[in-house]
Amino acid sequence: MNYVALKMLFGDRAKYLMLLCGLTFSVMLIVQQGSIFWGLMIWSQSSISNLNVPIWVTDPGIAQVDEVKPIADTAVDRVRSVPGVDWAVPLYKGLLRARLSNGEYHQITLAGLESSTLIGRPAEVLEGRFEDILQPDAVALDQWAVERMGGPDVMKVGTIFELNDKLARVVAIAKTQKSFTNIPVVYTTYERAIRYVPRERRTLSYVLAKPKDGVPVEEVTRRIHEQTGLGAFTAEEFGWKTIGWVLKNTGIGINFGTTILLGFIVGMAIAGQTFYLFTVENLRQFGALKAMGTSTSTLARMILLQAFTVGLTGYGVGIGLATVFGFLTAQSGGLPFIETWQLLLLVLVALLAICTFSASISIIKLARLEAAIVFR
Amino acid sequence: MSMIDSQAQPAAVHARGIVKSFGTGDTKVTVLRGIDLDIYLGEMLLLVGESGGGKTTLLSAIAGILDIDDGDIDVLGVPLGELPAGKRTTFRGQTMGFIYQQFNLLPALTAAENVAVPLLIQKIGLPEALRRARAMLDRVGLSDRAEFLPKNLSVGQQQRVAVARALVNEPRLLICDEPTAALDGPNGQKIMELLREVGRSPDRCVVVVTHDSRIFHFGDRLARLTDGRIVSIEPIAQEGTA
Repeated sequence: MNYVALKMLFGDRAKYLMLLCGLTFSVMLIVQQGSIFWGLMIWSQSSISNLNVPIWVTDPGIAQVDEVKPIADTAVDRVRSVPGVDWAVPLYKGLLRARLSNGEYHQITLAGLESSTLIGRPAEVLEGRFEDILQPDAVALDQWAVERMGGPDVMKVGTIFELNDKLARVVAIAKTQKSFTNIPVVYTTYERAIRYVPRERRTLSYVLAKPKDGVPVEEVTRRIHEQTGLGAFTAEEFGWKTIGWVLKNTGIGINFGTTILLGFIVGMAIAGQTFYLFTVENLRQFGALKAMGTSTSTLARMILLQAFTVGLTGYGVGIGLATVFGFLTAQSGGLPFIETWQLLLLVLVALLAICTFSASISIIKLARLEAAIVFR
Repeated sequence: MSMIDSQAQPAAVHARGIVKSFGTGDTKVTVLRGIDLDIYLGEMLLLVGESGGGKTTLLSAIAGILDIDDGDIDVLGVPLGELPAGKRTTFRGQTMGFIYQQFNLLPALTAAENVAVPLLIQKIGLPEALRRARAMLDRVGLSDRAEFLPKNLSVGQQQRVAVARALVNEPRLLICDEPTAALDGPNGQKIMELLREVGRSPDRCVVVVTHDSRIFHFGDRLARLTDGRIVSIEPIAQEGTA
C-alpha cells in the first residue's frame, strides 16, 4: 500500500506543493536562524578560539573573556609551579584607542603576547611576518582591523598610527575569526602592550597554559584552581562560559529562539492544516480502502509515509536553500553562519516532530472514520 | 438463481434479529427493527425500498463495517459479531467486494492501479496485482483504458472500473450500493449483466441495493425493506421461465 500512499500524495499536486513549501520554509527558517545564532555564539568566544591555547587562568570572579579582570603578575609563576603544567605565559588584553594619521580614532583590543614564544598568535598570516612584532614599535592587526579602520589603503603593512600617544607600526596582518563586538585586534608583545596602556597596579589579564603531554587538561585545570585560587578553565569551558554569559545578558537567545520557534510553529501549522485537509478531502477514498479491508494501522502507516516523504523532501530543499544563503552571506562576511551537524540533526528531529504531529491529526480522524461512510 | 433451489443452498449471509439505532434520547432513530434475512450462494438478491428505509444500513451491517445493536450476522459461516475489528477487516478484504454508488475510485491512481488496490491490500506484489488488474479490466471491456486516470474516463467507464475492482480478488460476497444510479440505461444494463454473471457462480452471491426498477429482472429475489423491516422477499420471474 506504500505505492498507493505515494501516488495519492503526489497525485494531489497542489496540496503536495503547499505541504512541501510549508515544510521547506520552516526548515530553511530554522536552519538559517539557527546557523546565524550559532555563528554569533562562536563569534562571542572568538577571543578564546583565536588564541588556540588549552588552559586559561583568570581572576576567580570572571564572567566572560571580554570582561577582563586583571590578576597579579605573580600568577604566571604560581601557575608554572603547579604539577602537570608544561608551560604558562602571560597575556595582556584590554581596550585602547588608536589614533590614525588621518586623525580618526578607533577603539581597538590590544593583545600582548609573551615575546619569547608568541604563544596565542593567530595561526594564519595574510600579509607580512608575525614574528616582526618583536621589532621596535611593531604591531600586527587582524583583518577586521583593516576593514574597520579605513580599509587596505589606510591600514596595511608599514602603516604607522598611535596607541595612547605612542607609535605603533603595522608589520603583519593576520587572519582570525571575527569577534562578536567586531572591535579590531592589535597584537604586540606583552612587554610593549603594558607600555602602551596607562599605568595600572595590575596589568596581567590572563595566564595561558598547557598541560604536560599525557596529563588530562581537565585535571591540570582543576589543580591550578585548587593550588592558586585563580579561575582556571579549559578553552572549551571558557568558551561555553562566555556563550552562557551572552545568552543570559543579551536578548540574542530570546530573539533567535523566538524566530526559530515561529519557524517550527508555522511549519507545524501549515503542514498540519494541509495534511488534515488532504485527509478530509480524501475521506471517502480512505473509507473505501477501509471497507475493502485496509486496517487502520495500514492507513496510519500510509499517512506517516506520506508525511515523512514530503517532510524529508522539504528537509533537503530547506537545508539546500539555507546553505546557499549561508554561502552567500559568509562570502560577504556580514553575517556569521555556521551550519553544524548538530543543528541539522536537531532540525531533522523538529521536522519529524512536525510530520508526526501533522500525520497524527489525520490518523486520529481516520481511526474514527466509519467505513460505512462509503455507502452514504 | 432461477435454476437453483435457494432453500437447498447454504446461506452465505445469515442475519437474524438485526436491530440498529442512531442517536440517543429524543433524537434516537431506530433504522433496522429486527431484520431476518438469508442470502444464498449462487444468487443475486435485490434490496429495494423507500429512501431512509434502512437499505444502506443493512448493507453496511452485512459488510461488517457498521456495528449493530442487537442480532447476529453470519457471513460464509463466520459470525461477524464475534470477530475483533482487525480480523473483521481482514475477513472483509478476503471475502467481500464492494461497488459504490459514487464509485470511490482513487483519483491519483490509473484505472489499472485502482483495480489492483484490493490485491495490494491482500499484500500481493505490485507487478502481479497490476497484471491481474489489467486482465480484469479486459473482462469489463476497458483494457484500452488501463492507464487512464478516473477523471479521463466517462461515468460508465468509471463504474466498470469500480466493478473490476470489486471482482479482482474474486470475492464470494459482492455488495453493491446503487450500482446503476449514475449510469444511463445501456451502461446500467451492461453492468448488471456482469453482476448477474458473478451472482450465478455457485460459490458466490451478490446483494444489490437499488431504486432502479429497470434492473429488477437481473435479480433472483427481491427483498422489500420498509421502515426498518423486511416486508416481503419474492423470487423474480426470469425471462423465459415465468
